[in-house]
Amino acid sequence: MATLTDSEVQAHKRQKIDQAVIRFAGDSGDGMQITGSQFTNTTALYGNDLATFPDYPAEIRAPAGTLPGVSGFQIHFSSGTVYTPGDAVDVLIAMNPAALKMNVADLKPRGILIVNSDAFKETDLRKARMKENPLEDHSLDAFRVFPVELSRLTRAALQDLGMDAKSMDRCKNFFALGMCYWLYNRTMDSTYRWLEHKFEKKPLLVEANKRALRAGYSYCEATEAFQISYEIPPAKLAPGTYRNLSGNQALAMGFVVAAQRAGLKLFLGSYPITPASDILHEMSSYKNFGVLTFQAEDEIAAISSAIGASFSGDLAITTTSGPGMALKTEALGLAVATELPLVICNVQRGGPSTGLPTKTEQADLLQALYGRNSEAPIPVLAPASAGDCFWMAVEASRIALKYMIPVIILSDGYLANGAEPWRIPTLDEIPEFHVNFAHDAENFQPYSRNPETLARPWAIPGTPGLEHRIGGLEKQDVTGNVNYEPLNHEKMVRLRAAKVDAIVAEVPDVVPAGDPDGDLLIVAWGSTYGSITAAVTAERAKGHRIGHVHLRHLNPLPRNLGEVLGRYRTVLVPEMNMGQLVMLLRAKYLVDAQGFNKIQGRPFKVAEIKAKIEEYFEQKSPVEAAQRS
Amino acid sequence: MVTTALPIYTKKDFQTDQEVRWCPGCGDYAILNAVQSVFPELGIPREQFVVVSGIGCSSRFPYYMNTYGFHSIHGRAPAIATGIKVARPDLEVWVATGDGDSLAIGGNHTIHMLRRNVGIKVLMFNNRIYGLTKGQYSPTSEFGKKTKSTPFGTADRPFDPLALAIGAGATFVARSVDVFQVHLKETLRKTAAHRGAAYVEILQNCNIFNDGAWNDVTDKEVRSEHVLELEDGKPMIFGRNRDKGIRLVGIEPEIVSLGNGISESDLLVHDERNPNPNYAFILAQMDSQPGFPTPIGVFRSWDLPRYEDVMAAQIRDVTAKRGPGDIEKLLRSGDIWEVPA
Repeated sequence: MATLTDSEVQAHKRQKIDQAVIRFAGDSGDGMQITGSQFTNTTALYGNDLATFPDYPAEIRAPAGTLPGVSGFQIHFSSGTVYTPGDAVDVLIAMNPAALKMNVADLKPRGILIVNSDAFKETDLRKARMKENPLEDHSLDAFRVFPVELSRLTRAALQDLGMDAKSMDRCKNFFALGMCYWLYNRTMDSTYRWLEHKFEKKPLLVEANKRALRAGYSYCEATEAFQISYEIPPAKLAPGTYRNLSGNQALAMGFVVAAQRAGLKLFLGSYPITPASDILHEMSSYKNFGVLTFQAEDEIAAISSAIGASFSGDLAITTTSGPGMALKTEALGLAVATELPLVICNVQRGGPSTGLPTKTEQADLLQALYGRNSEAPIPVLAPASAGDCFWMAVEASRIALKYMIPVIILSDGYLANGAEPWRIPTLDEIPEFHVNFAHDAENFQPYSRNPETLARPWAIPGTPGLEHRIGGLEKQDVTGNVNYEPLNHEKMVRLRAAKVDAIVAEVPDVVPAGDPDGDLLIVAWGSTYGSITAAVTAERAKGHRIGHVHLRHLNPLPRNLGEVLGRYRTVLVPEMNMGQLVMLLRAKYLVDAQGFNKIQGRPFKVAEIKAKIEEYFEQKSPVEAAQRS
Repeated sequence: MVTTALPIYTKKDFQTDQEVRWCPGCGDYAILNAVQSVFPELGIPREQFVVVSGIGCSSRFPYYMNTYGFHSIHGRAPAIATGIKVARPDLEVWVATGDGDSLAIGGNHTIHMLRRNVGIKVLMFNNRIYGLTKGQYSPTSEFGKKTKSTPFGTADRPFDPLALAIGAGATFVARSVDVFQVHLKETLRKTAAHRGAAYVEILQNCNIFNDGAWNDVTDKEVRSEHVLELEDGKPMIFGRNRDKGIRLVGIEPEIVSLGNGISESDLLVHDERNPNPNYAFILAQMDSQPGFPTPIGVFRSWDLPRYEDVMAAQIRDVTAKRGPGDIEKLLRSGDIWEVPA
């Protein structure tokens, strides 16, 4: 594939390439997330496939210009299929020395580096703990460096608008955005529309940002700064209507749709926590869908209120991240004991404790499966991509309601904030699932069971004749009365486990991507899907026989998984943790699966997975050679 | 709409077939009796009641009430009840809790439920001890109390539950006593009539681990000297011969003897609808001073919009403005584009 860095610098011309990776990096006050999402929107509308990776600090505003305050937004877009936000970047926009220092290592050799040269004064350098000015000391000679006076040029463009210097400086990100639009031959229309909507009541800001955007664009045109611009034709996506979607948006929409398909009201009990809060924000805006969002006093009240709403007949959801999940543990056990439908989203982040609030990790799998006192099994689902979060929200809701059981969704920070083009489904692609509340007072028993699903009846308050009591004390089978008898307890423990096992009927059999058998099987779950798919595709092209199983159901596991594991000589399990799924596979299937672990708060790069695969085939070769001889 | 006549309930209709398992002589029996007596009178279909509890002796309450019931986890009853009431404002949601459940582990949920004014009625059985765990001190145990966990006496000062509730913005605050059945029932009726959040402290005797904790209040010999029965619109008079009263000097209450130039018109007249919570707060703090009687009755009753009603109104208003939610439109919101076949 031709990439930008392969191209020769010539007199200004337009060159067609297949893909590019851009990263906007600046101070967390520089508006890098907005700049990135505007470029994303424009790129999506143009028709490229894409993936994004917002990377922002936990501090809202660390001291301006310092290293901890650097915020970044990366986008990978292509005329082909995009699986990840990209490993190395072709174009880096660095708004200050700190942003340069934190990001330049990811810039490809000969990559384009646009820097705001106004921000490289001695004080700026000192804040970034730099002794030398990198624009002068030849340390950037490997790159095509474009120092641009972003601040001065932006002020010049806005000077007659009567704004103060600070307000004008806030528009310099749009100057940089304008440059990128020129560089990739993009129109400014969708950003214009966004500005007009966003600052509807502040026409001065609309005008100022539009001007800054145009000024950046014109600057490239007039100065021929880059000499070359690039064209990345639209991708051949499956036909349909598309939109951009992040994992958190997808979960929020998925729940609204699930409630509608189930004919229930939707209740969300939540407490603000990064990186899950956006689900609460989204859902709180859906008032005209009848969605009740309750911002509770703490994580425990958040899940408890959801349990109350579930008892009362709503589709009840609670959303959180690791530390909040820890607080919800006891209430999760209550939901298991009372056998009420509930969906719990854990948008995982780095830990332990407060850990890395804005960084991604997959280390809450064992917590989801086993992190409660006693035997308290809960089904666990894991979306593989941002768009998949929508489907997992629907699926988790469906299972919760059908089986009268709490269900955990394990998303993570990477899926939550990363966006991808998503084909909008038609309503008939989304399953409909009817819910039957109990009405029959004659034969009512709170803990009688549906023979197929083992679900108990959902008898909601207000139904005459079905008055009954539930709670956390052990129940007598069928009657639901408090019961401490030894054999009853064992029966109930086994029934609760059998109920989770019964859900395997809903879990599709595993069909490995790539080779159906062979040398190497990669088994993974969650947000690693993109990088593994890209790596496996590339390595198979070299003739290696590799399969890839990406588990979306982690409890119960697909019925045929054991058989599939047996079809390959080696099983490799990449995870952003110390080896949790691999431990489960080894324990359950007695297979010598190997872990491949990255715990850096960042997703796997495609190159890292590829290197691991190649390492395996290099090791294997001498053995094979020996066998052949 | 079909209207069906409300069944005529008796106390029996609110009793379950479950064996009541409190210690013989426990004050909880009296409270259960009062609640089961009052609920049938309220003109509310039985299936509309939900009784929610946490953990502790008092929290066994739902098992004995033939209504919908939820015996939840320690301290969380107000949060679970909030979910129920917000999801279904049509339901009558009552919480049975104790001093440990409500004020220690569940303190946070209690104050926030009150602050939001969710239409939940909380009956807090205050026996000033942990009974179910066999005798540790609670947040309402008196300073210096010797218990299993404090053999040399407690080092922490107790909460006044009603002062806490008033401080949290409770719109209805009352106190009654397990053995004062007439008063308790009347208090329950008033509680039922309140629309917003109600917090009712019921002084309750644990005859096993803290017997006689409320003797000053309940003992026939002395109680008329130690109890001030609050009656809305009436002057505050107490004493065996109804010869003592409460007067307010600035913001300090003062005990005065009637006669010798002091008449009823000099006394503080109870005003449960006084909008200023400071008034109820003075009453709640009164018996922390030596010699002052313990007020019982309704301290404060004030109407404010309920949380669940405000939430429902928001949904109505936004729906009226934007139209009912359309799933297809939602999916296609924001910038969309077509990829042709």
